[in-house]
Amino acid sequence: MLEVRDLRKSFSGFVATSDVSFSVRRKQILAVIGPNGAGKSTLFNLITGHLAPDRGEVLLEGRDITGASPHRICRMGMGRSFQRTNIFSRLTVYENVQASLIAHQGRGLNMWRRSDAQLRDKTEAMLQSLGLADECDTVAGELSHGGQKQVELAIALAGEPRVLLLDEPTAGMSAQETGEVIRLLDRIVEERELTLLFTEHDMDVVFSIAHVVAVLHQGRIVANGAPEEVRRDALVRSIYLGGGMH
Amino acid sequence: MLELLDSGFVLGQLRSGVTTAIFLFLIASGLSLIFGVLRIINFAHGSLYMIGAYIAWDTTARLPGYGVSFWASVLVAACVVAVLGAVVERCLLRFVYRREEHYQLLFTYALVLIFSDAAKILWGTEAHSVSRPHGLAGSVELGGVRFPTYELVILAIGSMVVIVLWLSLNRTGYGRIIRAAALDREMLGALGTDVSSLYTTMFMAASFLAGLSGALITPIRSVVPGMDVEIIVDAFIVVVIGGLGSLWGTLLGSLVYGMVLAFGIVIFPRFSIFAAFALMALVLIIRPWGLLGRPIR
Amino acid sequence: MRRQTVTGVVVSAALFVIAATVPVLGSRYYTFVATDIVIFAMLATSLNLLVGLSGLVSFGHAAYFGVGAYVCGILMKAGGVPFLAAWLLGGVGGALLAGVFGYFCVRLTRVYFSMLTLAFAQIVWAVCFKWNDVTGGEQGYPDVPMPDLAFLDWLPWIGSLRSGDKFYFVVLMLATVSMLAMRRIANSSFGRILTCIRDNLERTQFIGIDVRRHQLVVFTIAGGFAGLAGGLFGIFNRGVFPDFCYWPKSAEVLIMTILGGMYSFWGPSIGAAVLIILNQYIVSRTEYWPLVLGAIMLALLFAFPRGIAGAVGAAWRSRDRFNA
Repeated sequence: MLEVRDLRKSFSGFVATSDVSFSVRRKQILAVIGPNGAGKSTLFNLITGHLAPDRGEVLLEGRDITGASPHRICRMGMGRSFQRTNIFSRLTVYENVQASLIAHQGRGLNMWRRSDAQLRDKTEAMLQSLGLADECDTVAGELSHGGQKQVELAIALAGEPRVLLLDEPTAGMSAQETGEVIRLLDRIVEERELTLLFTEHDMDVVFSIAHVVAVLHQGRIVANGAPEEVRRDALVRSIYLGGGMH
Repeated sequence: MLELLDSGFVLGQLRSGVTTAIFLFLIASGLSLIFGVLRIINFAHGSLYMIGAYIAWDTTARLPGYGVSFWASVLVAACVVAVLGAVVERCLLRFVYRREEHYQLLFTYALVLIFSDAAKILWGTEAHSVSRPHGLAGSVELGGVRFPTYELVILAIGSMVVIVLWLSLNRTGYGRIIRAAALDREMLGALGTDVSSLYTTMFMAASFLAGLSGALITPIRSVVPGMDVEIIVDAFIVVVIGGLGSLWGTLLGSLVYGMVLAFGIVIFPRFSIFAAFALMALVLIIRPWGLLGRPIR
Repeated sequence: MRRQTVTGVVVSAALFVIAATVPVLGSRYYTFVATDIVIFAMLATSLNLLVGLSGLVSFGHAAYFGVGAYVCGILMKAGGVPFLAAWLLGGVGGALLAGVFGYFCVRLTRVYFSMLTLAFAQIVWAVCFKWNDVTGGEQGYPDVPMPDLAFLDWLPWIGSLRSGDKFYFVVLMLATVSMLAMRRIANSSFGRILTCIRDNLERTQFIGIDVRRHQLVVFTIAGGFAGLAGGLFGIFNRGVFPDFCYWPKSAEVLIMTILGGMYSFWGPSIGAAVLIILNQYIVSRTEYWPLVLGAIMLALLFAFPRGIAGAVGAAWRSRDRFNA
């Protein structure tokens, strides 16, 4: 479904991602973990076209998307969320999701049809399914942190992606909210037959839903496998428990 | 175009280009520094130059003993304008730093309108001129070209300002902070410096240079309403060509623009203004951050 | 949302009726001021498609206004082209130029975008200023003919009006159609995507939108409407001059747009009306109009950061959909 080969990126001498290769199958859930500064966000930015890699390639369903612009990659079926919540904060929750639907259906240049009535059913269904129906007319930037994360997820899902990348979906959430997000993700992957990649700090989240775990350390993948294998991996333990955290 | 074969003509235009460049640099360096640190495009910077010119003219006319009084009036003009700049920063601009760009743009443009009419009320609408200071009215002949002595003095003053600016940006604590801030604004907060007094000091220095430039130009050009808007447009071009927030860029931009003005006339009168904007557009298309600037985060 | 649509229609209709009754007052002067306001309302609204709707602060909008005026004026006077065709071609001229310049401008962001729009506009100005054979150069292009309005004569009342009043009606009709078209665009899906770009450019890319392409399209459209406004103004002014493209004209329109309220569709029109009426009122009393304007601008910017329309809207607690 998604394949990454020998991806490499450096910023003025500092190597952020180095020879990263992995692949994800359809409907698989891959967690990318690693200490702060391991290069997780850079990796996501390389895959989604936010940054162009120095070397290597990214394949989405066998098609080469390396270095393509973000909007192209998005139209090809990849959705994402950002580590720092990234939504249309001055638009209402309804408009956030509706805009994403308009974009997905390629109606962005339609200058005749009024926007407010368009795609109402679809928008409302999406808000309903993510439990945002009550917040429909709230200005998105005024929602709680968790609420904004939900809106971002809704924006990403409205594009009907086949591959979804979530950068720390539970960051800054309470234990209860985290539990809800896990259940939600589980359900969505099932319902929409999604392939999911996510980064996460909370190991409980990782081990409760990931099918595969990749460990990133100093820009390299140092372990990649089933959660149980990775948990037992000596190197990973040393990174997390030993010197790697400093 | 045949004029270009005449070395006397070329040297003469070169001379006038350099003189223009010096005045431009005095204005544009302040504009560029203010943009570098505050990210504000200060339209009113040209008004400070105009006010400097009016004050210099006014004081010269009042002071007895012309030779001394010209330099005294230049100093008075520059200092008064510096204080005015500080007052404007403290009382008005301070409140718009966090606003959107278009809002700031309109705000400083309002100041331009107010200053230009205030100058008309205070000093009238007729053109005023100042004769060259005593002892500098003559000219020196170099390589077959006559260089007015006054312009040589301007060249000396201009070079001094470049050196002083460079030294204060590179050898003083404030200077280092300003350079750091021009590269990365976020740093300012982290440095824990007294940002507010830094801004005021910077504004004062920039206003001083604008006032100085306005005062020094009075023996060369007449003091008229509208000189504020004319110079600010020129200064913009310079800063954009050289790179917003870069000192050397501003110097380079001033020289390039000075030469375009001086030699553009060969092609046809008023061609230079077209050439200048074409150059500005070209730089923005190819290297938006200017010849010697850096991309802004 | 239906309620807001109804409010919008009522407001638009009321404005139109008020504007249409100006000639009833029977004063040449009032009709003159009203024509000026209607044309500038149209120009400011076209600029607001960029500034308010898309977050693109153009500092060179006068270029497209001026080019529209030249194209329309030259076609009518030198080419003998009928008014309506010349007017539309003026709009096409503005749009084409905006399309070419916009291609480069939308590659830049924020202050650099503004600077490049300014530079291009100044180039246009310099060309109009120098190209004596076509534009009349510094002297301008005088005596643009009044369109033949004989076709209005059969109408009751309007047919019996002075030609200035008749022309005012033509301007009002054409401006109304243009404004409705712009309103439609602002409220369309395209308009929604533009507000997204204004709000968060990066996120808009990641919902699958080619941001530059959308920006270029809106830049072209805004240039087209500016050209249409320019065509009307050239006739109204009985001549086209290089000043039409000069940067203070761009500044003037930007002031109308922002003081009037860039987050509301009608804000720029309110700004145009307020500034033009104030100008007429103050110029007749003092020569220091710029001073008064500057002071008013400072006061308004401090008192109503979202413009006059923003303040009125907040007072009425009614939220226009254009904004969000």
